[in-house]
Amino acid sequence: MIVMTRNVRPITLSQFAIASMNKSSTYRAGLLSLAIFGLILLIWHLATLPVDHTIGGDSEYAKLMGGGETTASGLPTPLQMGEAIWKHLSNPFYDNGANDKGIGIQLAYSIARVLLGFALAALLAIPLGFLIGMSPLVYRALDPFIQLLKPISPLAWMPLALYTIKDSTISSIFVIFVCSLWPMLLNTVHGVASVRRDWLNVAKTLEASVLRKAFLVILPAAAPTILTGMRISMGIAWLVIVAAEMLVGGTGIGYFVWNEWNNLSLTNVIFAILLIGAVGMLLDLIFGWLSRLVAYQE
Amino acid sequence: MDAFLKVEDLSRLYRSARSEPLLVFDQVNFSVQKGEFVCIVGHSGCGKSTVLNILAGLDEATSGVVVMDGREVSGPSLDRGVVFQNHALMPWLSAEKNVAFGVRSRWPDWSRQKLAAHCQKYLDLVGLTGSEHKKPAELSGGMKQRVGIARAFAIEPKMLLLDEPFGALDALTRGLIQDELKKICAATHQTVFMITHDVDEAILLSDKIMLMSNGPRARIAEIVQNTLPADRRRDTIHKDPQYYPIRNHLVDFLVSRSKQFSSSDFPDSYNPRQPPLVKPGLVVADCGAYQGADAQQPAPPRHVDKVVANS
Ligand SMILES: Nc1ncnc2c1ncn2[C@@H]1O[C@H](COP(=O)(O)OP(=O)(O)OP(=O)(O)O)[C@@H](O)[C@H]1O
Ligand SMILES: [Mg+2]
Repeated sequence: MIVMTRNVRPITLSQFAIASMNKSSTYRAGLLSLAIFGLILLIWHLATLPVDHTIGGDSEYAKLMGGGETTASGLPTPLQMGEAIWKHLSNPFYDNGANDKGIGIQLAYSIARVLLGFALAALLAIPLGFLIGMSPLVYRALDPFIQLLKPISPLAWMPLALYTIKDSTISSIFVIFVCSLWPMLLNTVHGVASVRRDWLNVAKTLEASVLRKAFLVILPAAAPTILTGMRISMGIAWLVIVAAEMLVGGTGIGYFVWNEWNNLSLTNVIFAILLIGAVGMLLDLIFGWLSRLVAYQE
Repeated sequence: MDAFLKVEDLSRLYRSARSEPLLVFDQVNFSVQKGEFVCIVGHSGCGKSTVLNILAGLDEATSGVVVMDGREVSGPSLDRGVVFQNHALMPWLSAEKNVAFGVRSRWPDWSRQKLAAHCQKYLDLVGLTGSEHKKPAELSGGMKQRVGIARAFAIEPKMLLLDEPFGALDALTRGLIQDELKKICAATHQTVFMITHDVDEAILLSDKIMLMSNGPRARIAEIVQNTLPADRRRDTIHKDPQYYPIRNHLVDFLVSRSKQFSSSDFPDSYNPRQPPLVKPGLVVADCGAYQGADAQQPAPPRHVDKVVANS
């Protein structure tokens, strides 16, 4: 069985940098990042320089793609991109009907679904994981089910969810629930089962009640492992919501991407991609901060 | 007077699916008086920790009984404070909170102030004033062990069980904490059962040293009465003429005699119900020569006079 221990926390590049460099080289790394960013912009700029298009068919296609202003590859120029970003971010919450909502509203839908599905999964996975982790009998009884259900792609549940639930929003929340469940469950089980015997013995000799033992010994001891599970779950949930919303449509950032692709607006598609990355990073940062709160040093 | 702690015919059998069942020890008998400090020494793996865990109620004996203060021991209890070998502090709690964890169990209806004052008293006692709010990771090894001791003392147990509490410490720190432990135990008349590998530690601290033979089927081979004066001190103890006879006796047991006692060929006179009580400190100490066989006999009174003269 694959378990994620808290020793295999997802490590971001910046964490690696902080761990291995001193202050002045952190500063230099920042400069280098800026330089790389500048280089990307430059390459992008050169790649999307306007071209002379006198050949008929190409011109039609280019008009379709860029809506008048045309580029060699059909991609927006950095400036067009900047304008689009500014346009979206300056008015994120407008609502002009089903197919034209501000990016803030779309994101809010996605985040709300993720948080709801994630919270429901946590509500089930953490207490259940506690139970399984504390009882070898329950663990052995439930292990085959977990092993069978864990490798199923969360999106594979979608048709079943749509058929039984008959509501696309609830179905996508259900899919988030399913995909968040396993990492949290397995990490909770692992964290609870591997609490040091010494600490349990201390609790025993000090005659701590069951509740005191659970909340004051096992929970803090397993918290870093549980939080790692939550962090992995949140990462997966954010990956899955985009795909789920593409499938079910209606609202959300996934639907927005799909819709803009149908509108052939690559600018908006790229904007949405960047935004998905930024929100994912933010969610991960929040969980990174939470893990530091519960971390302890032995 | 009936002994405070009585251990009768204790044995522990480990069964495992893959290998032969292992009888770690059997017919272990000993008793501890109230206020007595008892050490147990023996080779690694002979079952000392297992005995201690059974006394603590964390492990169950295969046969035999442990009676403390007239009641049979079954399961852990706040009446017996345990100091674990590797301190076993909870790293997410400060020193004070670690101590408070047990105190809260003992006196659940104490007010916050009373609880804090009680914890402070014991942290002061082990010399940790000023470090109450540090996490274990911010404390040195010796300080961590002191928190462990404070935690065990703070619940005011009837008996203290220590499993090689100073094994991981450097000699200097160990000496300091030994002195503190000795002081506290003397002041509180604490009954103590302690495991150690350090012969000098045993002589300094304990009233009685139990020698455990090698396992499997280990037993209490001998009980050595420590006849050094009660006010012995670490810096002068080796000047006492009794010191080297006792020390040599213990070392000799560990180095050579413990092997003879194993493989269950004990001398005919050996009765596991009543392991021989020896007083090597009172045996004629001319030139410090050790007389193994004589040690089995109770010491003649003239040696007692000698001790009195010396102390
Ligand atoms: N869970 C177990 N299953 C099987 N055998 C065990 C188990 N725990 C301990 N033993 C065996 O019991 C014997 C005694 O172990 P114990 O820990 O009591 O030794 P010890 O005297 O405390 O040694 P040390 O001085 O090294 O701490 C050992 O031989 C060990 O192999
Ligand atoms: Mg041991």
